[in-house]
Amino acid sequence: MAMGKMKITCEEATAICTKSQYGAATLTDKIKLNIHFMFCKVCRLFSKQNSELSDMCAMAKRYQETHKCCLSAEDKEKLKAQIKEFDKEK
Amino acid sequence: MSEETKIHTLDPDKWIDAYADYLFNYTIARVSDAEKAKDLVQETFFAGLKSMKNFEGKASERTWLISILKRKIIDHYRKINSKKGKAEVRMNFYQDSEREGDWIEERVPQEWNGGADAEMESEELGAALQACIQKLPEKYRMVFEMKTIQGFETEDICNELDITSSNLWVIIHRARTQLRKCMEDNWFKK
Repeated sequence: MAMGKMKITCEEATAICTKSQYGAATLTDKIKLNIHFMFCKVCRLFSKQNSELSDMCAMAKRYQETHKCCLSAEDKEKLKAQIKEFDKEK
Repeated sequence: MSEETKIHTLDPDKWIDAYADYLFNYTIARVSDAEKAKDLVQETFFAGLKSMKNFEGKASERTWLISILKRKIIDHYRKINSKKGKAEVRMNFYQDSEREGDWIEERVPQEWNGGADAEMESEELGAALQACIQKLPEKYRMVFEMKTIQGFETEDICNELDITSSNLWVIIHRARTQLRKCMEDNWFKK
């Protein structure tokens, strides 16, 4: 593998970071990323924060679950009335 | 008597009690906006009523309603996806001229205050990220949430929304880049 092909931009590096958060980065991707990390402090920081972001996503998920919203009884009555109305028109 | 000959029938008077919650939960997992989800459920019931005569009884009532709902969701996604530029407040993070693909100086990630702290107040932090998620352009939010919060498989999201996987990863990456920045500005600011 030529070194030239192993060189990636910060934009590409961060895109790989994101993929790897979901276990979707290939081995080649990961090698390229680690080579990039040797020279780029900023992307290393991005990567660290990106994985912290994943932890926060789990928190947001729990937050959503505890604040789950649903159809109220009122919403349902309204829908029922609309269906009756429709039946009449038919 | 056999399973195959069973003909299903429709009984709209019972739809709301039997399926409203199910359809709503199905929708909210994909369209995070509760009001929009309600609208889509309502539209689904109406579309069902209007096309009752096309019901052949091969599938169960619920499966049939879900198939209508799926089309409503994909139509919704296409609609938000086609509002090009207008609603999309996308921030660029990388140069596109000489230093193509490098970080734009003033958008470079900053060290976070207490970022690595394991004792982060998780309820509050979850709420803060939720607020940032709400600020994402709708189509980013939809794909991001399906993948990250709901944990759908990439392939399933691509099938349901009719997008390619490379398209999905671009959207997820842009969403995460914006979320990182949003948390930096609103939570971790020094």
